[in-house]
Amino acid sequence: MSNLLEISNLHAGVEGKEILKGLNLSIPEGEVHVIMGPNGSGKSTLANVIMGHPAYEVASGHIEFGGEDLLDLATDERARVGVFLSFQSPTALPGISLLQLLRKATTMVLGDEAPDTAMEMMTEVNEARELTGLPEHLLTRSANDGFSGGEKKKGEIIQMAMLKPKLVILDEIDSGLDIDAVKAVSRGINALREQGRSFLIITHYQRILNYVKPDRVHVVSDGQIIRSGDHTLAHELEEVGYEQVEVAR
Amino acid sequence: MSEKFEVTNDYKFGFKTPEHYHFKGGVGLTKEVVEEISRMKEEPQWMLEFRLRALEVFQSKPMPQWGLDLSQIEFDKIHYYVRATDRTNDSWDDVPQDIRDTFDKLGIPEAERKFLAGMGAQFESEVVYHNLKEKWTELGVVFLDTDTALKKYPEMFRKYFATIVPPEDNKFAALNSAVWSGGTFIYVPPGVKVDIPLQAYFRINAESMGQFERTLIVADEGADIHYVEGCTAPIYAKHSLHAAVVEIVALKGARIQYTTVQNWSSNVYNLVTKRAVAHEDATMIWVDGNLGSYKTMKYPSVYMVGKGARADILSLALASTNQEQDAGGKVIHAAPNTTSTITSKSVSLNGGRASYRGLVKIHKNATGSKTNVQCDALILDDHSISDTYPYIEVENSDSYVEHEASVSKVSEEQLFYLASRGIPEEEARSMIVSGFVDAIVRELPMEYAVEMNRLIELQMEGSVG
Ligand SMILES: Nc1ncnc2c1ncn2[C@@H]1O[C@H](COP(=O)(O)OP(=O)(O)OP(=O)(O)O)[C@@H](O)[C@H]1O
Ligand SMILES: [Mg+2]
Repeated sequence: MSNLLEISNLHAGVEGKEILKGLNLSIPEGEVHVIMGPNGSGKSTLANVIMGHPAYEVASGHIEFGGEDLLDLATDERARVGVFLSFQSPTALPGISLLQLLRKATTMVLGDEAPDTAMEMMTEVNEARELTGLPEHLLTRSANDGFSGGEKKKGEIIQMAMLKPKLVILDEIDSGLDIDAVKAVSRGINALREQGRSFLIITHYQRILNYVKPDRVHVVSDGQIIRSGDHTLAHELEEVGYEQVEVAR
Repeated sequence: MSEKFEVTNDYKFGFKTPEHYHFKGGVGLTKEVVEEISRMKEEPQWMLEFRLRALEVFQSKPMPQWGLDLSQIEFDKIHYYVRATDRTNDSWDDVPQDIRDTFDKLGIPEAERKFLAGMGAQFESEVVYHNLKEKWTELGVVFLDTDTALKKYPEMFRKYFATIVPPEDNKFAALNSAVWSGGTFIYVPPGVKVDIPLQAYFRINAESMGQFERTLIVADEGADIHYVEGCTAPIYAKHSLHAAVVEIVALKGARIQYTTVQNWSSNVYNLVTKRAVAHEDATMIWVDGNLGSYKTMKYPSVYMVGKGARADILSLALASTNQEQDAGGKVIHAAPNTTSTITSKSVSLNGGRASYRGLVKIHKNATGSKTNVQCDALILDDHSISDTYPYIEVENSDSYVEHEASVSKVSEEQLFYLASRGIPEEEARSMIVSGFVDAIVRELPMEYAVEMNRLIELQMEGSVG
């Protein structure tokens, strides 16, 4: 299968400080890739750079998405070609509810495919919401504003489900989720995966991988992928820790 | 409108009239102008005397030394009286392009556009208005333009007129008192509840959009009324000064809501004195939205003079390029167990400046009173400014005062988050602004709320870069 995402020799940083130091990564259509790695190794930076966060500068390297140069596109355009980022810490949006956000976002991203009527919209949103177990009243409150850690993550998953992206980047989606929610999110991931969508799952824990079997696991250290393997690599990491992996390099 | 004033042939002021104006107004303010206005309107002697007294006050009072810089106002270049019948003669071509574009984008119908531009005073909704009027009349509600009210209900008029805002109050109230024309007069009899907002009237009555209009509303005991003035579409004014006076009397147990959406064109100084007196157990609600104008100074106020009275002031201000909005509210607790809230939301963008200026005064005898002031400011970019001037004076020790203020900026993180959901920056900003002002927009009648949100979107258009 062809690669949906192709990152080659990516150097990127913030305020003149290099964080990603020549990173290479390819994700074929329909595959689930996992990225693990120590705190501060550059995982969220990678996610932000793929999405086009203005604070990060790309010094060199390429990111291709479906054969298109992703770095040429503005963030909102990247969303519209099918990239979705579930944030490690979703920012509060005072005055904008999840429901309003979803209405606008589906119109922008899905265009004609967006739910036509308010009824259709509600039905779809509620389906996604029930999957995550997010209480209904949180749909109409300011998004992420005073939400618990887990509630924010559930909000991200609802958006993922509604926007039907080709590539989903989940930055520590499993941190802060209770066991039921991890299972529910995993079901959601598996369902989308069956439709041929690709995933980049950033995590510190083996737990979610009990429900979602990754095609590849990568270890990031100091801005580079230092090791890749199949799902067994995640087990290994949990047992021996990153230091051993780095030493073994 | 023509029913109100006969066009008389001998109508002329003794001074120069610019040739391109079709109406027979004149510029500058003198005793003769005031006398002429009063004579044209065939007013009683007491009103003429009132006007002349006000003129003296106006001429003797210095310009306010606080708030915005008003020194550029050229009082000598203003037309103090323009008759409604003359407005229709103005040319559509004179209306600035940006305003016409906005009409287009808001989808305002042709007839209404001309009206909003100060022309063509009559269109279809007049029928609707007349039907409503019949219903109100049955209930004993008086709902007239202020000039007609003076003729038809002289005693009631005189009983309340200028009792809430005397000419001595401030220079612009004095000016208004001297040259006032048009505006709305409402009287609601005891116990009568008018269940729909009185607003259709305004949209069809050009006279009430005069620039020195005078509004007087009296709700008798236990009466209930919601009056809406203005509209979200920009109102084009040729002359640069709008100085209105609004006086409200809420008698025992009455409830009045007065909603304003101000969107004057960007050449207008908007200096309006709005004041209400709330008697025992009465409630006064001001909802005041300021979008347009060059400089606005407006602080709707409520004097709670009877025990248990209540005041709610919701103020919304949006200041963009070249605009200064100095808005807020005043609540005076002058009786025991009175309650007030002031909620202010101001947005500054594209170099605009929005300020909250508010006063809470709790008199010594106003024991057991409560007040809550919440003012929030949203700043959209680095070259826009927001200021807060809250004044709180409490003279007794068993009242409860709460004051919260917040200033927020639209953050890069928020814009990035919304962009990551496919929403471009411009639309993201307008979503944030709409969300910010929602608490106030929600208090507007439905069609206004819809237009308001649309208008905010328009205001934000092209604001990125
Ligand atoms: N906007 C920023 N400004 C300054 N430094 C940053 C910024 N973003 C990331 N960094 C720095 O870059 C490095 C990588 O951060 P990043 O968030 O990518 O780590 P991570 O691998 O996601 O860590 P974690 O597992 O803790 O989430 C860290 O040293 C971090 O402090
Ligand atoms: Mg991270």
